[in-house]
Amino acid sequence: MRWLGALAVLVLLALPAVLGSYATTILILVFFYGFLGQAWNIVGGYAGQLSVGHAAFVGIGGYTAAMLSLEWGITPWIGMFVGGALAAVLGAVIGYLGFRFGLRGFYFVLLTVAFAEICRIAVSNVDAVGGALGLYITFTGDPRQFQFQDGRVYYYIALALMLAATGVVALLERRRFGIYLAAIREDESAAEALGVDTFKYKMLAMVVSSFLTGLGGTFYAFYLFSLQPNAMFGIPLSVEIILRPIVGGAGTLLGPILGSFMLTPLGELSRLYFGQGGHHGLHLVAYGVLLIAVVLFLPQGAYPYLRRFFVGSRP
Amino acid sequence: MTAALLDVTGLSKRFGGLQAISDLALRVGEGEIVALIGPNGAGKTTAFGLISGFLTPDAGAIHFRGRSITGLPPHRVCALGLARTFQIMRPFPRLSVLRNVMIGALGRHADPRAAAARAGAVLEELGLAAKAAEPAGSLTLSERKRLELAKALATEPVLLLLDEVMSGLTDRETERLVGEVRAINARGVAILLIEHVMRAVMSLAQRVVVLDYGERIAEGRPEEVANDPRVIEAYLGDERL
Amino acid sequence: MLLLQGALSGVLFGGVYSLMAVGLTLIFGVMRVVNFAHGDMMVWGMYLAFLLATGAGVDPYLAFVVCAAALFVLGFAVQRALVDRILAAPHEMQILLMLGVALVLENLALVAFGPEPTRVRSPLSEATIWLGPVFVDVARLVAFGVASALTLALYLFLFRTDLGRTMRAAADNTYGALVIGTDVRRVYAVAFGVGAACVGAAGALVAPILPFQPPTGLSLSVTSFNIVIIGGMGSLLGAFVGGLLVSVAESLGAVFLKPSLKELFSFSLLILILLVRPAGLFGRRAS
Repeated sequence: MRWLGALAVLVLLALPAVLGSYATTILILVFFYGFLGQAWNIVGGYAGQLSVGHAAFVGIGGYTAAMLSLEWGITPWIGMFVGGALAAVLGAVIGYLGFRFGLRGFYFVLLTVAFAEICRIAVSNVDAVGGALGLYITFTGDPRQFQFQDGRVYYYIALALMLAATGVVALLERRRFGIYLAAIREDESAAEALGVDTFKYKMLAMVVSSFLTGLGGTFYAFYLFSLQPNAMFGIPLSVEIILRPIVGGAGTLLGPILGSFMLTPLGELSRLYFGQGGHHGLHLVAYGVLLIAVVLFLPQGAYPYLRRFFVGSRP
Repeated sequence: MTAALLDVTGLSKRFGGLQAISDLALRVGEGEIVALIGPNGAGKTTAFGLISGFLTPDAGAIHFRGRSITGLPPHRVCALGLARTFQIMRPFPRLSVLRNVMIGALGRHADPRAAAARAGAVLEELGLAAKAAEPAGSLTLSERKRLELAKALATEPVLLLLDEVMSGLTDRETERLVGEVRAINARGVAILLIEHVMRAVMSLAQRVVVLDYGERIAEGRPEEVANDPRVIEAYLGDERL
Repeated sequence: MLLLQGALSGVLFGGVYSLMAVGLTLIFGVMRVVNFAHGDMMVWGMYLAFLLATGAGVDPYLAFVVCAAALFVLGFAVQRALVDRILAAPHEMQILLMLGVALVLENLALVAFGPEPTRVRSPLSEATIWLGPVFVDVARLVAFGVASALTLALYLFLFRTDLGRTMRAAADNTYGALVIGTDVRRVYAVAFGVGAACVGAAGALVAPILPFQPPTGLSLSVTSFNIVIIGGMGSLLGAFVGGLLVSVAESLGAVFLKPSLKELFSFSLLILILLVRPAGLFGRRAS
């Protein structure tokens, strides 16, 4: 298994040498959504707290880095971590309210949606951060400004983000923290009875998850050169974030990556073949059908079944 | 009188119009086995919920090892050495049996390897070692009962609250579990158990407390209690026994 | 005067909100499933009214019957084919399933009708009546009348017919209903169908008033959630009163606040209610 992983990483490192720019672009998105899915996976998959407001952390992270860069000339390499920290603060607030007041299931979903929507509306109405039109970043190609002439650099950054998040999750998974999160997901009261401070561990999961998601915001903004409140804070992005880990296998290490390899190219190819015109909803129809199929037939996602197929046992 | 391990005084809890527990006093000494019995709906499980921190009492005090644990959250109560099982068993169904028990052990052994070793020892003791790698959801009823006990035991308690761990078992299985509970007690773990299986109560308990309508109606050695007219009346009134 | 005008428009539009929320709360009350596709189903009601108006020249104030029937079939089918299989699954799984249905419905509408805002013309939609100092939008008045009549009919159905009574019994206690020999699966499917029919009718009724596009479904879903949380999940009376309340609040908000701030206000209110009184105004206490 370890050899297979190392081999896969080597192949991914070498791929840009042989791939065209379109394939490279698709892989950048695969890695980026894989990264966001992995970040969500910590609180949504391992801890089982279904957040449908993770776009808020992408938005906070991206806007923070962009504003620091545009207004004060602070490099996004630093702004990225400031953005992550602010996203973590928002994550802590949402987590505190949700977990302290014991909101579960549907109620927790609504709380996360409401917070993300409040952020979206607030940002749309503040002209200092671009209002509803958003912000644009002029392309300079300066690496210090997180901009690169060679598109392959974005490939390696996105790959690094995804691998780093996966490394973090791999580390957490083996430690007490990860085992406790699984216990919380399976049965919170039973975990509490066995001495697990469920509030503390859910909070930690939320903070780590929102911090990582916030880092992704900077990549999003400086890869696309534009920030729009509806795109960066909206419910559609939140849904995109959760789709991949759910389809791939929430609460498993490789589920979000597998999910992203399954869904992202599907979306991009449907965009290519059906164009941006009247049919650009088609890949989302496919996503919806996949989501329904996964819930009905593979409730633990694709990864555990794939693993059983190849390895023959369960973790 | 020496300080009891667990000392409950004046405990009361009301749910809407129902007085579930009223003015309950209860003591468990070091290394003692006490049974809490009573007809269905007498408030036994509510008493467990209050003692283990899942419910907050309306009135009364709970002292454990000489300090007040009234109003402490369940994980703190557990960390102090008081573990409980649930009447409706609560395994972590998709996790392996070993993982289930490790979750209890991790509180005292933060290193997962040490916790796994500890959990393995508990599984060995309760005869579940062969099932360690199975998902908990696949166990039989009797195995799940013992898993419930194993999880609580892995937290290394000094007082164990067992909520109907014998119910639904065959005679042989009950006998085996009684032996296991006695062995746990022999290592110095005090036990407070809710039980409907009277044979188990009679053979295990040193003292029996009888609840009816949330009140303590009798207390004493098992054979005394069994002949107490008020106890007989309370049970005869309950057709489900 | 502005206040009175705002309150009046709010109450009139509130009839539609109530109908929409009653449908959601009925589904939740009977099978404890939150219909995340509620707003998207409503948008399909709107597009259906649009097709009937443009294709066959049917006025939306007549077409609502067809829309309700079509959505009943859709709801019934969604329940039978999908929801029925996961009634015992964790709530998270049910939420994800309905999210999938919402994605499919919204984007099928996008594929079929495109992203541009649509509106259904009705001879009624231009007319207004002056009532002393305030004017009444005839379209809103008719929508209010029909929606209220439908809500009333639903009440009569639930409280006066055998099937309706069984449905309420199933909502209170599934096991009890099973024991007395009800086909719970059929009751569930009919409940989902009726819940969807509510938004089918509601969609047709607002199609001449509210310009819509596929993403409108999402915001209608969120509004429905707002209303049923305020009114109390599963409470029919709560959904009815909540619909009027939210509509009046939105309408007054539109008079005094920027539209965007109005939305901000309603989400803040939602968070407050989630934290302070998650059972809502009329709901039984959440366990």
